[in-house]
Amino acid sequence: MLYALKIATRYLTASKAQTALLVLGVAVGVFIFIFMSALIGGLAEFILSRTVGDISHVTITAEDRDPAILISPDGMILAVTERGRARTATLAEAATFVPLIETVPGVIAVSPQITGAGFLTRGAQVAQVSVTGLEPGRESAILNLDGYMTQGSARLGAGLIVLGETLADDLSLRLGQTLRLQSSSGVSAVLTLSGIYSTGNGMIDASSTYVSLSTARTLFGLPQGVTRIEIKLADLNAADATALRIRALTGLDAVPWTDGAEQLMEALNAQAQTGYFLKSFALITIVIGVASALLLSTYRRRPEIGIMRAIGAGRGFVIFVFVTQGALIGLMGGLTGAALGYLALLPFPSRDAFEVGTLPMDITQGSYGLAITLTVIGAILASILPARAAARVDPVTAIGQ
Amino acid sequence: MTALLEVSDLVKTFGTGEAETRVLRGLSLTLDVGEMAALLGPSGSGKSTLLTILGTLMKPTSGRHAMLGQDLVAANDRALTEFRNLHIGFVFQFHNLLPDFTALENVVFPTAVRMGRETPVARARGRELLTRMGLEARFDFPSANLSGGQKQRVAVARALMNRPELVLADEPTGNLDRASAMQVMDLIAEINRDEGTTFLISTHDEKIAGLCRRQIVVGDGVVTG
Repeated sequence: MLYALKIATRYLTASKAQTALLVLGVAVGVFIFIFMSALIGGLAEFILSRTVGDISHVTITAEDRDPAILISPDGMILAVTERGRARTATLAEAATFVPLIETVPGVIAVSPQITGAGFLTRGAQVAQVSVTGLEPGRESAILNLDGYMTQGSARLGAGLIVLGETLADDLSLRLGQTLRLQSSSGVSAVLTLSGIYSTGNGMIDASSTYVSLSTARTLFGLPQGVTRIEIKLADLNAADATALRIRALTGLDAVPWTDGAEQLMEALNAQAQTGYFLKSFALITIVIGVASALLLSTYRRRPEIGIMRAIGAGRGFVIFVFVTQGALIGLMGGLTGAALGYLALLPFPSRDAFEVGTLPMDITQGSYGLAITLTVIGAILASILPARAAARVDPVTAIGQ
Repeated sequence: MTALLEVSDLVKTFGTGEAETRVLRGLSLTLDVGEMAALLGPSGSGKSTLLTILGTLMKPTSGRHAMLGQDLVAANDRALTEFRNLHIGFVFQFHNLLPDFTALENVVFPTAVRMGRETPVARARGRELLTRMGLEARFDFPSANLSGGQKQRVAVARALMNRPELVLADEPTGNLDRASAMQVMDLIAEINRDEGTTFLISTHDEKIAGLCRRQIVVGDGVVTG
């Protein structure tokens, strides 16, 4: 229907100002759509990076063995071993699994750890802390310790400890000072403070300490294996699938971060729903705008439509002319709006450099193609009503106008 | 002579009940191939309604309407549109050109809308017709900028584009000065003579009617003379 396209184009170019205004109206709708997509997407990205960016995306934790049961020959339970306070369960084959997990697509870091609780003593002051033993060289694999250091180094070695700024203040500690760490297993070690960090997370800064894996082995009496393997992914939204894959690959109970994060997921879903509503309103505005403009055009061109019908144009041809106008308006408005949206988003920092106090706009989540496609579809749907009205024009009445 | 068009016992009413108006009251008429006939009658006699029905733009309330052996009363909208495009040309009193198109584009329209595009053959035919109408310098002229006489000549060219057997002209000179009116009528007569196209021209002007070989007088919804 090249000829219908020609006529549609001619009608649009015949009223340049009107067409320009219409295209601009559609472009504004598309701009809002893209802006909202980038904002909602960026906001979700920002919230996730702030809440789960520094945590393990998939975690394998050693399961405590069931308490031992002493059963008499007649089947009576004689005694049950009480579950110990100290962690005894280990992932004995961790050394085997780590290289295997590293090959899983999407995995960017694997950190075998020994975790437990302890008491930090400095003179007469005592603080209850959590202790994490990390492999030297993998200190920043999960929590970006290097990035949060305010004093000293995150590098862990034998006899060294790194702790949070709040804890250091509470115990009046300075770099290079020695302190005593007693684990929940009752083993003590004298360690030198080699680094102080500040993550901005009160809990971590006040109670988390980091030592080398070998120091943790001594403290918790674990000559081999680890208690936990933390895994970081390139795409934290792929945690569920990756956890399943690791489970299938290793037989270990890999748990994605989304388990137990229902509230966060609900909040993100609610935010996404809000975005859908706003984007839907933008699309509805486009549809109403195009439909009303084309209805006006139909009314204005009634005599011409009558002439066309009289000299051999079928109803289908007339419908095609008006639907094509709608599609062209949608396409032009979509492309213009997408270009404007992209240009408007350019000055915002990239998703890797979101700053507090600025809008976390993610230019990569503008949904440009989707915006253009939905706009064209919306404009086509919007033009069907005017097109049908045009096709129903009675040539006799219209020519007489 | 071979009959091109036949209508018999044609009745057309508008409205219902007390508001019912019977415009055609059993009108019968035959037009032969190659005729050039004038349709005369006072205002309200049913001339325009008859032309509209003959042009397949409206169906009669009852009666028979056939052209080229086809029963046009029973035909559906799609068939009538195609029939109109191929076999009937229209010239209206107010030319009714498409204002956003050039003279040539207006002339080519009936063929282009059928073919789905403006073919080189169609454009050549359009140029030939416009040249015949004395408008060789106005091919690409916006139709809105043409004079009244020029517009009507473009309208005649458009009506002839698909080489129709019948051209229906409703007061084609009613809006023109005497010189332009005679120019248009001369062209119509020339085409009728050279190509054998049948013309039915509705007019109030006795001089225009006198240029036609047959005068059909309509009065009170029937042919009276």
